[in-house]
Amino acid sequence: MNLFELTVHQILDQIKAGKISASSVLAEVSARAQTLNVKTNAFVRLFPSPEIKAGPCPVPIAIKDNICVKGELTTCGSKILKGFKPPYDAGVVDKIKASGGLILGSANMDEFAFGSSCETSAYGPTRNPWALDRVPGGSSGGSAAAVAAGQALWALGSDTGGSIRQPASFCGVVGLKPTYGRVSRYGLIAFGSSLDQIGPFTKDVTDSALLLNIICGFDERDSTSLNVPVPDYTKALVKDINGLKIGIPQEYFLDGIEPDVAAAVKAAIEVFKKQGAVVKHISLPHTEYAVATYYIVATAEASSNLARFDGVQYGLRAMPPNLRKSPLIDMYEETRARGFGDEAKRRIMLGTYVLSSGYYDAYYLRAQKVRTLIKQDFDKVFSDCDVILSPTSPTTAFRIGEKINDPLAMYLSDIFTIPANMAGIPAISVPCGFDRAGLPIGLQLMAKPFAEETLLRAAYAYEQNTPWHLERAVL
Amino acid sequence: MTTFETVIGLEVHLQLKTQTKIFCACRNEFGHAPNTHVCPVCLGLPGTLPVLNRQVLLDAMKVGLALNCQINDFVKFDRKNYFYPDLPKDYQISQYDFPIAKNGFLDVVSNGNKKRIGITRAHMEEDAGKLIHDAENACSLVDYNRTGTPLVEIVSEPDMRSAEEAYDYLTALKLTLSYLGVSDCDMEKGSLRCDANVSIRPVGQDKLGTKAELKNLNSFSAVKKAIEFEVGRQTGLILSGGSVVQETLLWDEAKGRTLSMRSKEQAHDYRYFPDPDLVPFTLDVAQIDRVKKDLPELPYAKLDRFMTAYKLNQYDAFILVQDPALADFFEACIKIYPDSKKLANWLNGPLMKELNERKKVFAQIKLLPLEMTELVRKVEDGVVSNLVGKDILGIVLSEGKSVESIIQEKGLAQVSDDTVLEKVVDEVLADNLKTVAEIKGGKTGALGFLVGQAMKKMQGKANPKKVNEILTRRLQND
Repeated sequence: MNLFELTVHQILDQIKAGKISASSVLAEVSARAQTLNVKTNAFVRLFPSPEIKAGPCPVPIAIKDNICVKGELTTCGSKILKGFKPPYDAGVVDKIKASGGLILGSANMDEFAFGSSCETSAYGPTRNPWALDRVPGGSSGGSAAAVAAGQALWALGSDTGGSIRQPASFCGVVGLKPTYGRVSRYGLIAFGSSLDQIGPFTKDVTDSALLLNIICGFDERDSTSLNVPVPDYTKALVKDINGLKIGIPQEYFLDGIEPDVAAAVKAAIEVFKKQGAVVKHISLPHTEYAVATYYIVATAEASSNLARFDGVQYGLRAMPPNLRKSPLIDMYEETRARGFGDEAKRRIMLGTYVLSSGYYDAYYLRAQKVRTLIKQDFDKVFSDCDVILSPTSPTTAFRIGEKINDPLAMYLSDIFTIPANMAGIPAISVPCGFDRAGLPIGLQLMAKPFAEETLLRAAYAYEQNTPWHLERAVL
Repeated sequence: MTTFETVIGLEVHLQLKTQTKIFCACRNEFGHAPNTHVCPVCLGLPGTLPVLNRQVLLDAMKVGLALNCQINDFVKFDRKNYFYPDLPKDYQISQYDFPIAKNGFLDVVSNGNKKRIGITRAHMEEDAGKLIHDAENACSLVDYNRTGTPLVEIVSEPDMRSAEEAYDYLTALKLTLSYLGVSDCDMEKGSLRCDANVSIRPVGQDKLGTKAELKNLNSFSAVKKAIEFEVGRQTGLILSGGSVVQETLLWDEAKGRTLSMRSKEQAHDYRYFPDPDLVPFTLDVAQIDRVKKDLPELPYAKLDRFMTAYKLNQYDAFILVQDPALADFFEACIKIYPDSKKLANWLNGPLMKELNERKKVFAQIKLLPLEMTELVRKVEDGVVSNLVGKDILGIVLSEGKSVESIIQEKGLAQVSDDTVLEKVVDEVLADNLKTVAEIKGGKTGALGFLVGQAMKKMQGKANPKKVNEILTRRLQND
């Protein structure tokens, strides 16, 4: 097996055993990141070769292009951040660097994380390593593809409505969205501040626990980060799930699900049952409102978060050839007209609209109320369930170009992942099979706030009894 | 003819002088080179997040409590969205539906009467940067040093009925706020800023008239002048058959008039919504009570106490309470020297004059109560003259020496020794035969001249009372 095909825990074992060195791993993975990028476009840029420093995890990592790395371009997959080099590291980057992590470069993404296919990136779409004419999912498509293609041993992405789990599902890797407040958002360029959370992309559940160990924890620079002790997540990796109560929400098994996806998920339920898990049929009655309310809350926050990209301090500044209104207004309008792509403009307009005087109560306020109801659905279910199981996405990876002109169809790709963000709960996507075209299928598990250990235990028990996580895309 | 009533409400922005800014660790200081007191957070760089400075919360609670407000125990921040280059995030973090304080009042003495002005609300927010227009290079520059300076915005009810009342409210507000020690309250430096909402209505009408908002009021007198101008403008408009439109007006101090800045149609839709980066939290009642308990005695309470406890008249007491440090000093002095009237005269007279000449406030000088009272005592005991006493005060403040050592070193003690004074009077009489003749001829007013001559010969140290006595006796006897 090539080094790039190994998991991080395997690599670390081999380094510890003296069989390989961190520098040889870096050299091999760096080279692959470079050579394969013409095929995948997983990276929007590769940094100069990082220096190996002391630390427990000296392995190459890909960082989504919306997570600030000091002194390196950080552009959110957008033209508007042209030339922006943050003078600070994100909280998670501090932790990655402290662990000896070797940052290879910025992973591609939908512009400002607006999308489910990585096609809205200003740097061109990323291609799915399992089928290059297909999308890797999004918005963290670059991070998912980099791990699936062996262009990085693991990666960080961000998840606002499924942006880690859906691409993990499409690319056949493990993607985990932690509890809101578990990981610092400092230095994550905000999309929907009340929903965003950074999380790991890995080849298996063990690596997910390892990377979670590195990035979790309170950060006084982020008021939404919670001061809750961080356990050693690798301790949760036990196969015993006897008596684990798994809820199957009826609202997540609808007609729109591709038959292969439905079959794979049903088979997964059987695997859990065999391990002694107790399967219960449950209801999350407000699920049908999740997508609609999400697109109000997330775009409202985004419209305000993205206001700062105005051409004044940093990034792109553009002026129209002739004076239109005033130099200042012209600069704002031209900069934003040229700097943002269509989807970003669509969401800024949507968010501006729902916050406008006269519409606020009908949209934003009502959406917040529904959000509370969605949260209460979960609270109720978790009083009698340890995890909730569902498909990660209704489909496997679709073709590049297939949904880009149909925003609503695209938005439905996140129908099963959005509720976890609305409720702030942790959720994981693990590989659970392949469809008839050979495309990976993802299984989603959700748990109550700060129950990442439960998630990892259930995911690990499943993974250890199935072969899916051992498959590698051939490129 | 219809007579109109003026209705005024004021919005005051108070800059807090906390050590650091409201949402970052930058020092909250002024007068530095542009963009030197900034960091990624107050520059609003992508990915950065605000963290509330708890001192701002405490200071804002103090302001609210001093203005007799209820404190909202639910602390929440909102975003006020608008584009402007001095606002790096293109939204201002402010408080919208849950201001830290609401429903208060301030009692104001206006025209000799006490009037209660309602305080609608006081809320916390961040200040913006400053635009600098560079005419030479035809461009605008931004200085972000001020960005993130903590502000408390204090909104009054439309309870004022004249420019004079608005002025008096502002005066009383500034005095009350200055007691809290949370701000410099300096309108000229911008640490206290004021916008005025002005409307008129026919006397007897309940419904408020259409208001205009006046901005760019850079001094107390500008507030008064602008309101007076605006009332005249609105009255003229209505009397000539027109009507007032809701708009924002800028006061042009040089031209002495208001100019339209933007109309209601051009008004921003600020799209307020809760800032998701700052999690709302609840204050516990004990915390609010603690702040309330720790509030200093406020000026009007102090004024009443000074008048009753120290039998001061309103004028003297009022001057003393203008500066809490001076008022404290007065109380320290009176424990050593119990004559309140004499002390007040010295503090409000010579001491105030010295402060004004030095362009300083009491807190900026060094003066011990023991020195001050020693000086008053020396003057009262006739050790030094009143005039010399004032000079000594100046020397104490400039050189930091004790009263006693100044008197010793400079030989300033008053001379009352008869033999010395008799000799000087002899000389004066001999030198001014003409004047002596005039006095004897009935022009007794010239006696003062002779006293002055004697004082001059003694370099001001002669006891003037004694010199007067001796001269009078000698002129009668001769």
